[in-house]
Amino acid sequence: MLHQSITAAVSASALMVEGANVSAGKVPIVRDLSFRAEAGRMLAIIGPSGSGKTTLMRAMTGEAAYSGSVLLAGQEVAGLGPEALASLRGVLPQASQISFPLNVSEVVGLGLTGERRGRRQRHQRIAEALLRVGLAGFESRVYQDLSGGEQQRVQLARVLCQVWEPLPLGGSPRWLFLDEPVSSLDIRHQVQIMRLAQDYARRGGGVVAVMHDLNLTTAFADEVLVMRGGNRLAFGQRDAVMTAELLSEAYDFPLEILEREGARSVIVPAGGGTGTPWLLN
Amino acid sequence: MSDLTIPERTFLSLKWLGLRQAKQGNREPLARAVIGVLVAATLATMLASLATGPIAVPVPELVPHMPAYFLSALEGAPEGVALRDWIVVMEIRLPRVVLGALVGAALAVSGAVMQGLFRNPLADPGIIGVSAGAGLGAALFIVLGNAALAPLMALFGIYAVPLAAFAGGLIATLMLYRIGTRSGITSVATLLLAGIALGALTGAMTGLLVYVADDQQLRDLQFWGLGSLAGSNWDKVQSAAPIIIAMLFGVPFLARGLNALTLGEAAAAHIGIRVQRLKNISILLVAAATGASVAVSGGIGFVGIVVPHLLRLTMGPDHRYLLPASALLGACLLIAADTLARTIVAPAEMPIGIITAFAGAPFFLWILLRRRGLTGL
Repeated sequence: MLHQSITAAVSASALMVEGANVSAGKVPIVRDLSFRAEAGRMLAIIGPSGSGKTTLMRAMTGEAAYSGSVLLAGQEVAGLGPEALASLRGVLPQASQISFPLNVSEVVGLGLTGERRGRRQRHQRIAEALLRVGLAGFESRVYQDLSGGEQQRVQLARVLCQVWEPLPLGGSPRWLFLDEPVSSLDIRHQVQIMRLAQDYARRGGGVVAVMHDLNLTTAFADEVLVMRGGNRLAFGQRDAVMTAELLSEAYDFPLEILEREGARSVIVPAGGGTGTPWLLN
Repeated sequence: MSDLTIPERTFLSLKWLGLRQAKQGNREPLARAVIGVLVAATLATMLASLATGPIAVPVPELVPHMPAYFLSALEGAPEGVALRDWIVVMEIRLPRVVLGALVGAALAVSGAVMQGLFRNPLADPGIIGVSAGAGLGAALFIVLGNAALAPLMALFGIYAVPLAAFAGGLIATLMLYRIGTRSGITSVATLLLAGIALGALTGAMTGLLVYVADDQQLRDLQFWGLGSLAGSNWDKVQSAAPIIIAMLFGVPFLARGLNALTLGEAAAAHIGIRVQRLKNISILLVAAATGASVAVSGGIGFVGIVVPHLLRLTMGPDHRYLLPASALLGACLLIAADTLARTIVAPAEMPIGIITAFAGAPFFLWILLRRRGLTGL
């Protein structure tokens, strides 16, 4: 069990969660959770389904009520209004359905809802965002006609538009919250999206991503928070957390790590998965 | 860049609209052009409707004198205008055209707002029972206004019936919203079914009023069922106009929020929209405008579905343009339908609700067919 002491100092460049409890309806999901993430780094939250990853995310983005403390840029998230939060962090949901046939340019432009800027600047920003996610020239395509992977990249472009500068001049860093950002993508686009997120962190922004893919987590995360049953099982630097022993415990499933020379290791089911019983427990 | 040679705001510069902007996915110039065309079409329809009827009237000659009439600077007909023509236009046809424009705009905008709110192109005050609730409120005052409800009638005067319809519409909307929404997600299927039940209930209650109504009230009640602009006068315009005009000026402030809501409530909040406030104001405005419309014209259906849908097909779903364009096209179409209603079986008159239902119901089915493949209705 890893433990990293949480410094009490409030920092404008950190996301500080202390003793957070979050419920869905009346059922407590996340219990007494604490950790601290720094801007400029990428934090992955992993853990089995139902371990409270998404619920924790909802508390950190200001969507769900919580008790305890969640500080973003030194401010309590629950006390910030939607406008203030929107200028501080962007949120990429798991999958997004849009109710009317907006075209790609209009969907991405929704990320600029809170900004007052000229029409030409808006369209330039939209074009740049689409270029980043590899969808240049898709402006007039109807969102509903795109593949799931393309839709997810359009949504990322929208979120990027909202928090374009990771480190605004004279302001605190901005944050990207990604809820399973690459689940619906093929491997090439998975890596592309993760690189974009990593780049956002390298340029000074904070990135928090709920992840299912352990290998992408190993490849891109700086820190990892492992959740199980609504609690923190482990939190710390990637290499310290992503061990076969700890991950096997987290997922209640035997995993092994294949070390590679000069590259990130690969996590696979122990013995290739064939030896594991189908019925667990 | 070729920008310098092309004027920014030319409405119908087809090259600019079609080629340069479409590539960027920018439908705003197109939307502005559509609104420009609709302004012209609405004015033309108004003039044509004023000129249509059993008596031929030289409308263009009368128009310059109209401002004086409203400023009360005019007694009788202006010089050089036959008194009969003047009265036909100013006391019979003009109030009807104005009322048609107000009701058409209110119904179309209410539909558009409700569709944005429920994130579904089939939501409409008429279909989910808001109009039925408003109708019950209005019917109560029509029948009992001189009896049990006389004190309220005396207090609110000509605004009593529109206010009662507003209250009925608001109660119906709130009930439907409560029933159809669970943990922030509105199920349109539940909403429609609840609307059917609510419609039946209010219908039954309205039906009971028949037994206490006198002959004149019965005639008035019957016109609720089908919807009609017959009997329009300046009093009716005056009772509905403040509410509808306030609503028309209020909805543009909802446009940004309704656009964001296409992403869903959670994502709309993420980009900085106060979703609960948006929903509250939207419901209030829709109930007010629907109530005012129902109070003066009864149950005119399908305008709120057909108009926004046609516009979305032409210029896209951006509410900043969709809402004003809906107001214009709604006004234009309702005046046209009403002109048809009062000429098609002349000297008798057909309730306008029959015409809008004949055109609108198949249109509704067509939308339904096109969306069958999509999930969630």
